[in-house]
Amino acid sequence: MSILVIGEHDNAALRPSTLNVVTAAKALGSDIDVLIAGSDCRGAADEAATIAGITRVLKADDAALLDGLAENMAPLVKSLAGNYSHVLAPATTYGKNLLPRAAAILDVQQISDISGIESEDTFVRPIYAGNAMATVRSNDALKLITVRTTSFEASEFGGGAPVEDISGGINAQLSTFAGEELTRSERPELTTADIIVSGGRGMQSSENFSMLETLADKLGAAVGASRAAVDAGYVPNDYQVGQTGKVVAPNVYIAVGISGAIQHLAGMKDSKIIVAINKDEEAPIFQVADYGWVADLFEAIPQLEATLGSNAS
Amino acid sequence: MKVLVPIKRVIDANIKVRVKADNSGVELNNVKMAMNPFCEIAVEEAIRMREAGTADEVIVVAVGPSQSQETLRTGLAMGADRAILIETDPIPEPLAIAKLLKAVAEKEDPGIIILGKQAIDGDNNQTGQMLAGLLNWSIGSFVSKLSVEGPTVKVTREVDGGLENIELVAPAVITVDLRLNEPRYASLPNIMKAKKKPLDTHTPEELGIDVSPRLEVLRVLEPPGRAAGIRVNSADELVEKLRNEAKVI
Ligand SMILES: Cc1cc2nc3c(=O)[nH]c(=O)nc-3n(C[C@H](O)[C@H](O)[C@H](O)COP(=O)(O)OP(=O)(O)OC[C@H]3O[C@@H](n4cnc5c(N)ncnc54)[C@H](O)[C@@H]3O)c2cc1C
Ligand SMILES: Nc1ncnc2c1ncn2[C@@H]1O[C@H](COP(=O)(O)O)[C@@H](O)[C@H]1O
Repeated sequence: MSILVIGEHDNAALRPSTLNVVTAAKALGSDIDVLIAGSDCRGAADEAATIAGITRVLKADDAALLDGLAENMAPLVKSLAGNYSHVLAPATTYGKNLLPRAAAILDVQQISDISGIESEDTFVRPIYAGNAMATVRSNDALKLITVRTTSFEASEFGGGAPVEDISGGINAQLSTFAGEELTRSERPELTTADIIVSGGRGMQSSENFSMLETLADKLGAAVGASRAAVDAGYVPNDYQVGQTGKVVAPNVYIAVGISGAIQHLAGMKDSKIIVAINKDEEAPIFQVADYGWVADLFEAIPQLEATLGSNAS
Repeated sequence: MKVLVPIKRVIDANIKVRVKADNSGVELNNVKMAMNPFCEIAVEEAIRMREAGTADEVIVVAVGPSQSQETLRTGLAMGADRAILIETDPIPEPLAIAKLLKAVAEKEDPGIIILGKQAIDGDNNQTGQMLAGLLNWSIGSFVSKLSVEGPTVKVTREVDGGLENIELVAPAVITVDLRLNEPRYASLPNIMKAKKKPLDTHTPEELGIDVSPRLEVLRVLEPPGRAAGIRVNSADELVEKLRNEAKVI
């Protein structure tokens, strides 16, 4: 098996999702190339080269690849795919945008968001917001797969693979990047955080949400949210956890004022420990919580902060 | 300009799905079906474009069994002008759907195709991106803001880090995210009117598309359950448990 991992990066540095995908690749075979396609992407390529257990980094450095636009990236993936049995990308917005386009022009039925690997052609993936787990076998000769990052450990660094330059520049001239509004935060990233404090409609306002941020900072945690909290404008869209937001699996997920709709559970029920703080003791979130505290959050959160503050570990 | 809106009939988002006893799939018998929520947002956006004068015709398309007509009628009742059913049973995989939609697009010549970002049954999140690839059109996926300005389609996309703005050369394929708009409900008079709007039916054979599956579903299982834990009654108790029992903080 030869596996191509499509690395996710911002040209300067690798994104952690790549490490989880490499681990999935290792379950398929030992000949693993990581593609770093971008512009001025030496930083990301050099970092990728230090992932333990990979064979090579393929670096495609071209202005057309600067922003990772799918129209320019997909032909590159197509041109490389012939050398591989599997092409893997993270099931992040980056991978979900790119890989199906590559699959279509390769005439391959992609397998989305796998959470398990049974063999080289058989994979497990959640369907219906994780209410069912499907085991599917692919009859395509080439497999294109997006990988649920939380289902695979991050690969370690410590290797020293060679970086090979490849040509890549195809500017399809179908789209142009016109800026971004990224959420800046000093806190850990949601998808890799060990602790997440997440708020729902019960928070009532963005001002109140800052209570959770204070709590999160005490715990060194990331901050997440339900769709209702995002729709109401309390927090930016990239905080959303769930079927259609981010999938997370921290050591502890503290859900505050979140009812526990299936679409929300889809994104967090693989957390090691779930804590629920909700004033409604019937809230479905309690059915999945290891520790449930029936309380008014406006009393509970300050108390929690005080307790953490008074005997900080 | 025509707008094409592919829509899918799925189990209603409020229904708790059950895995079949023989593990061949999920129970679909006597289960409430509805238009995929993301497709409702796509239909709404197309209708708003027609109301604003950027579009002059909205065509809803469904690939699926004859019951998909109900979903198409819902789209017509929301305000779409006509409907196309490509009758298949079972519903094919995203690649085959994208090929069927490409055939429809080549006939209808729309200026924009708006899809949902994801169908909430298979959670595939593929069809729009695939369709754009097959047509070699631009793609704006996971869109939360959209404006058509002459030959350019400006979109804001919801990405993992926040928001991203992209300018697309028309014709373009768009897949919509939850926050693009709030879909309308169909009024009773519009539901009545929708019954008289044109609905054409085609088959994959007529369109010359092979829809045979590439994937084989070996089994469908219940996910591992999570048992409810214990109740705590104070911050002290919670912090003590997290530190000493779970050892996670
Ligand atoms: C297609 C589709 C996709 C979706 N995708 C997602 C997704 O990705 N992520 C997601 O989260 N949702 C998603 N949803 C929405 C989901 O169905 C729920 O509507 C949403 O998760 C509810 O958010 P919530 O729990 O914050 O709000 P609510 O359900 O309104 O719950 C608020 C909770 O706060 C509690 N509360 C209120 N005040 C207090 C207080 N003072 N103290 C303590 N507790 C309090 C209440 O008891 C209640 O349980 C999706 C829905 C659809 C149809
Ligand atoms: N059977 C279908 N008929 C029409 N449109 C579909 C069908 N399946 C998927 N789509 C469209 O593709 C989007 C994404 O679906 P998916 O790729 O299955 O997650 C949906 O929101 C629809 O707009």
